[in-house]
Amino acid sequence: MTGFAHRHLLGMEALTGAEITQLLDLGERFLEIAERPIKKVPTLRGKTVINLFLEASTRTRTSFEIAAKRLSADAVNISGSSSSTVKGETLLDTARNLDAMAPDVVVVRHAQAGAAEMLAARLRAGVVNAGDGAHEHPTQALLDCSTIRAHKKRLEGLEVVICGDIRHSRVARSDLWALTKLGARVRIAAPRTLLAPGLEAMGPPGSVTIHERIEPALEGADVVMMLRIQKERIGGALFPNTREYSRYFGLNPRRLALAKPDAIVMHPGPINRGIEIDPTVADGPRAVILDQVSRGVAIRMAVLYLLAGGDAGPSE
Amino acid sequence: MTPPRQPPPDSDLTLRREILDAAGIGRTLRRMALEIAERVPQEARPIYLCGVRTGGAYLAQRLSALLAEAGEAKPLLGAVDISLYRDDVFRGLPKPEIGPTELPEPLDGRTVVLVDDVLFTGRTIRAAMDVLADYGRPQAVKLAALIDRGRRELPIQPDVVGVTVETTARESVRVMLAERGEVDRVVLRERVA
Repeated sequence: MTGFAHRHLLGMEALTGAEITQLLDLGERFLEIAERPIKKVPTLRGKTVINLFLEASTRTRTSFEIAAKRLSADAVNISGSSSSTVKGETLLDTARNLDAMAPDVVVVRHAQAGAAEMLAARLRAGVVNAGDGAHEHPTQALLDCSTIRAHKKRLEGLEVVICGDIRHSRVARSDLWALTKLGARVRIAAPRTLLAPGLEAMGPPGSVTIHERIEPALEGADVVMMLRIQKERIGGALFPNTREYSRYFGLNPRRLALAKPDAIVMHPGPINRGIEIDPTVADGPRAVILDQVSRGVAIRMAVLYLLAGGDAGPSE
Repeated sequence: MTPPRQPPPDSDLTLRREILDAAGIGRTLRRMALEIAERVPQEARPIYLCGVRTGGAYLAQRLSALLAEAGEAKPLLGAVDISLYRDDVFRGLPKPEIGPTELPEPLDGRTVVLVDDVLFTGRTIRAAMDVLADYGRPQAVKLAALIDRGRRELPIQPDVVGVTVETTARESVRVMLAERGEVDRVVLRERVA
C-alpha cells in the first residue's frame, strides 16, 4: 500500500530517505505511460491542478502541466505576467482567491524563499513547491535522483559533483538534501563568490565537500551535475565575466576525462552552451540531460497522484 | 453514497469452508485452459492471455503453460495493472502499489482473454477493459475467472469460469497461490465482527 504522510511537497529537507525512495519508486511506474499509444490514465479525473508560476519557467511549468493532463486532471496555468500580481495583489490574496475555486493541488513557483510554505499553511489545496527563490526545488531533486538511480542502479556511495552557481541555486540545495539522505557523497565545486554558507552541514559529516576548483572535484566522480550560471540573479560582480568562468569551471571533454569513464553528465537546464558546459559534452554520449526531462514528467505525476485528493484514511 | 468496500482484516474473518485445494486448483485450471482454447477462434491464434495483477497474472502464467502442454501454440502473455483506473482511488482507501502493465504485442485486432482470480462486483474487470482500450482496439475481449462469487454491480459476465460460488455480502473469497509464497488453496471466509 502506498501511504504518503505529507499533504504538501515543499522541499527535500523535510522528507526521510525512505519517503524519497518511495517517490522515486512510484515515479518509475509512471514512466511507462509516456510510451503508450494513448498517453493518459483516468486517475485524477475531476481533479483540478493550478500551476501558479510567478517566475519565468517553461520546462517545469510544461512538465507539471503534462503530468497533470496525463493523469486526466484539469490543469490551469497562471503566469506572472497574466496574474493580478501585476495589478498589486499580494501572493496570499491571489492564492486565497484561487483556493476559493477549490483546486486540489496548487503548484507554485515564486522568487521568494518560503513562498510555498506560506501558502501551504493557509490553503486547503495541497501545495507543491516548484521552486521558491534560492531555497528548494524538490521535484527537480527527485527527477535528478531518479535519473542517477536509473543509470547507476544505486545512489548509495556514489560521488556526485555539483558545479556552478550554488549560491543562487535551489536545485543544488534540494539535490544536496536528497542525495545525502540517500547515501551519496556530494562534491561542490564553485568559485568562492558563488558558494553559500553551511553547505557541509546539509549532509551527514563528511558527505559534503567543497572545492574551489573543478578538477579535484571531478576526479573519480560518478555523476557530474552542472548548474546554469544564473545571469538574471547575479547583480554584482561575483565573477569577472562568463568567459573567465568558462575557462575555470566549464565542463569540457578534457575535464570530463578526470571523472570515471562511465560518469554521467547532468544539467537541470536551461543550458548556457559554451559557458558552464561545452556543446560537445552537452550533446555527447555521457549526457543524460534529456532523460532528466522525461523523468521529470513521471516524477511529477507521482507527486500529483499522492497529493491530489488525499491519501490513506477517510477524507470526510 | 455508500462507503467504498474495504477488504476486512484477516483477524475479522473466520474460515467457512475450503472451495478448492491444491489439486482442485490444478484440475480446474486444466479444464479452463481447454475451454479457453475452444472459445478463441482458430484465426485468433496464438491465444493472447492477459492477467489482472496480481492474482490474475499468476493464473494467466499457469494457463499459458497448460495451453502449451495441451498442444496449443505458445500463448502471448500479458498483464494489466488497474491501480490507476480504479473507481475508488480517492475514496479513502490506502493507495495500492502500482504494478506495470505489460503487453507483449499490440492489441489491435486481437482476441484477448482477461484472466482474474475472483470475479465479484465486476469493477476490476471494468477497469481492466479501460486499460486495454488505452493500448489499442482488440477484436474481442473474453473473460476467464477461477472463482465467480456472484454479487455483480456491473453488467459483466465471464466466458470461462472455474468454480461458481454463492456468497453473501459478509463473505469473502481468498485465493492463495504458491507464487505468493502460500500453499495453493481457495477458501470462503466470513466476517465475524
